[in-house]
Amino acid sequence: MATDTSVDLRTRLQNWLPKLVLAPSFALVLIFVYGFIIFTVYLSFTDSRMLPSYNLVGWENYSKLFRIREWGVAIKNLAIFASLYILICTVIGLFLAIFLDQKIRGEGVLRPIFLYPMALSFIVTGTAWKWFLDPGIGIENTMHLWGWDSFQFNWIKDRQMAIYTIVIAAVWQTSGFVMAMFLAGLRGIDTEILKAAQMDGASNFQMYRRIIIPQLRPAFLSAFVILCHLAIKSYDLVIALTGGGPGNATAVPATFMYSYTFTRNQMGIGASSAVIMLMTIAAIMVPYLYSELREKK
Amino acid sequence: MNRIANISAGILLLSSTALSAQQTVEVMHFWTSGGEAAALGVIRDQVEAQGVIWQDAPVAGGGGEQAKTVLQARIAAGNPPAAMLILGQNIIDWANEGLLGNVNAVADAEGWDDVLPQAVQDFNKINGAYVAAPTNVHRTDVIWASKAAFDTIGADYPTTWEEFNALAPRFVEAGIIPIAHGGQAWQEAYMFEALVLGVGGPEFYRDALVDLNADALTSDTMQAVFAQLREIRGMVDENFSGRDWNLATSMVINGKAAMQIMGDWAKGEFTNAGKVAGEDFACIPVPKTDAGGFVYLVNSLSFFAQPDPDQAAAQGELARAIMDPVVQVAFNQAKGAIPARTDVDLSVMDSCAQATAAAFVAADNAGTAVPTFAGTHAANVSVAAAATDVITEFFNTEMTPQDAVALLAEAVELAR
Repeated sequence: MATDTSVDLRTRLQNWLPKLVLAPSFALVLIFVYGFIIFTVYLSFTDSRMLPSYNLVGWENYSKLFRIREWGVAIKNLAIFASLYILICTVIGLFLAIFLDQKIRGEGVLRPIFLYPMALSFIVTGTAWKWFLDPGIGIENTMHLWGWDSFQFNWIKDRQMAIYTIVIAAVWQTSGFVMAMFLAGLRGIDTEILKAAQMDGASNFQMYRRIIIPQLRPAFLSAFVILCHLAIKSYDLVIALTGGGPGNATAVPATFMYSYTFTRNQMGIGASSAVIMLMTIAAIMVPYLYSELREKK
Repeated sequence: MNRIANISAGILLLSSTALSAQQTVEVMHFWTSGGEAAALGVIRDQVEAQGVIWQDAPVAGGGGEQAKTVLQARIAAGNPPAAMLILGQNIIDWANEGLLGNVNAVADAEGWDDVLPQAVQDFNKINGAYVAAPTNVHRTDVIWASKAAFDTIGADYPTTWEEFNALAPRFVEAGIIPIAHGGQAWQEAYMFEALVLGVGGPEFYRDALVDLNADALTSDTMQAVFAQLREIRGMVDENFSGRDWNLATSMVINGKAAMQIMGDWAKGEFTNAGKVAGEDFACIPVPKTDAGGFVYLVNSLSFFAQPDPDQAAAQGELARAIMDPVVQVAFNQAKGAIPARTDVDLSVMDSCAQATAAAFVAADNAGTAVPTFAGTHAANVSVAAAATDVITEFFNTEMTPQDAVALLAEAVELAR
């Protein structure tokens, strides 16, 4: 009898333990992620300014948001940044992966070198590139010291070009990571198929174009989703690299949200911009998650 | 030694008044740069001499944006600091939220109403209660001129916009940059407000930037203001973008540039470089088409309501220390501003400070002293920031004054 109950207790405990251990983090996530998302959505419909207020004003914040010029600038910058960032990262990542996959010597050394920038925080990347790109102390100055006096590279000070300096720094940071994802995909391809293709006389180029790259579809999809949300929530890189300037030429939705919520006393409009960002990410992530979860069944 | 003297003074005070525990006052601020920290040190020494422990809570970041975020978090947690450096309309906003206490007992006993000009009271006495104690007044519509540069071309300091604009080509001919400017949005905002007063006059300034009257914002006068800003854009050097204000000041100090339009905190840079007001450089008001006018910025420490009576008493001691006439003078010698109270002896201060103080009293009496817009006294921070976006875009692009006034009115309307 006694052993029976103890075994019973132990199995019951084993059943409960995982749930018990997970419960605190589950509760924390529920409150601090989903609870605050709901709170933000609620705030976006109120007239909150310096502190949260609970007077509902309907869609006013949203209609104001889209009339604010800076928000238009932020959206346009995000479109430029995200499309270039995703495209260039994917292309560079793919080529690096293909080159590394040629069974070259020293791959074990090269791979971490390309991957290493991802280990840095965006703040470090931003600060380092800020110095590189500054005409007074960076590349331009170095070239002048070396005697190339006509060299000019002052994009970071130029309102039209500053957003592209953010693309440069972000691509440097992330393309190694994309490479790693593609490399994993390449290693997963069945060598039998490649041997068969070689037998049929396919050239290297044809093999990549017709066989290997089409098989990398899942890797492309994951790379796209990861790069997409990195682009939309990019904040620290912009702050460290340009601070949103010159003027507000490199403002992005995340910097807009922070400044309106916390420094400009327009919490309602800041919250509505946060909700728009969340919706944009959701529009990309939900179909992806849906397809992923369906495949498992 | 000084510290030991302070502590022993504190102990003496303690034993004589037989307090149960020594009072502390926590002061949150963003005055961390050299002159600012030295100025605050004057108040700290006085507070400690009065037997109250000063608990310093600096939050670095010149404009105070980080400090404000910290403050919001502290308020959300129900634990605001006893005193906090807050600017302009934010003081009124916090007072209206019911979060500020008051130091009326000290203010009444010491007769603050009689020694503070109306302009200063506007931002410290909210709804009849002194919620803050003023440390100093800054003037923001000042031209800092290099005497050497003016001697080179043999010109007098400008008093009208025509004279001002006519000087530029002569400076360029002599190889001197007419205007030293730092291309950061906030610096352009201060320059803009100086032009609104200079071109439009105090009445127009109040109409446009305090009352935010849409007709004034889109008026021909406002277009003239932007047109003058465009003139100034043509007087700056190529590398102005992103330059810090003190680097622009040093261009005037070493004679590379002739003038800088900047608040009187720039004086500290001249003094630190060993320059003498009146001999090496001049501080002249920005030209005025209308007679007179003065853009002021009041710095003060605001008192958050404290449930503990000991804490409230410590706030009173801090207020007393801030308003001490000796402290006001010593503080402002370090900070480069003028005292908030008008009854102190300024003979130890330099000629710039004396001239500014006299102009402030005169403008306050004539009703031509106007609160700073860029420093969020005239309108709240959301309006000032939205207007600054337009001003800086105008300054850095080819936008026409017609477009600028339309965008300005729209931006102000959305931010109200």
